Amino acid sequence: MGDRTTIVVASGEMDRLYSTLIIANGSLAMGMDVSLYFTFWGLERLKKGGLERGRLSRMHLAGLGKGLMRLRMKKARVASLERLMAEFRDLGGRIIACEMTMEIMGLSREDMRENLIDEYGAVGTYIRDARDSRITLLV
Amino acid sequence: MAHISVDVRGETCPIPLIEFRKAIRTAAAGDTIEIQGTHPASQKEIPMAAEALGAQLLGVDGSPNDWTIRIRR
Repeated sequence: MGDRTTIVVASGEMDRLYSTLIIANGSLAMGMDVSLYFTFWGLERLKKGGLERGRLSRMHLAGLGKGLMRLRMKKARVASLERLMAEFRDLGGRIIACEMTMEIMGLSREDMRENLIDEYGAVGTYIRDARDSRITLLV
Repeated sequence: MAHISVDVRGETCPIPLIEFRKAIRTAAAGDTIEIQGTHPASQKEIPMAAEALGAQLLGVDGSPNDWTIRIRR
């Protein structure tokens, strides 16, 4: 079995994306390989200008809760999602975008941050990596 | 043998681990890395990462809120 972490990112909320990128970077830091499969609402975050735009999964309060959370995160010096994504890419993390979701949502490759995406795929691509992973999660 | 210093004081999860990983990537075999930080969990977790990466832990000094870790690649 490979020393790999594979995460399906089906949610687009800010807090869930934080969990994903922290676990992903932690895996890379501990010497593992990582594949992230962005699908459904997760894919929204790979759209141009979309990474930081997710709402909070709870207590979003029409943006007020998110604003407060961001303030507290800033105070605690939590890295931005942009920084965590840049570190993830720098350490060799891979990103796969679900082609079927793109079709459903009417997204073309030009809508996406293509420099973040290594591969466009479907369930077979996920299984290829997941069957060889010690850690698999669905977020 | 080179010596690499990494300062992650004030940084929180997962930045200390990431910066440690990047230092290991830069280092050649035998180089030493000294990492200073203030994030309590990282004081325990950087030695775990060092073990996972096959690096040698030389020492952990200080308190959970202000520590220095030395590692040989």
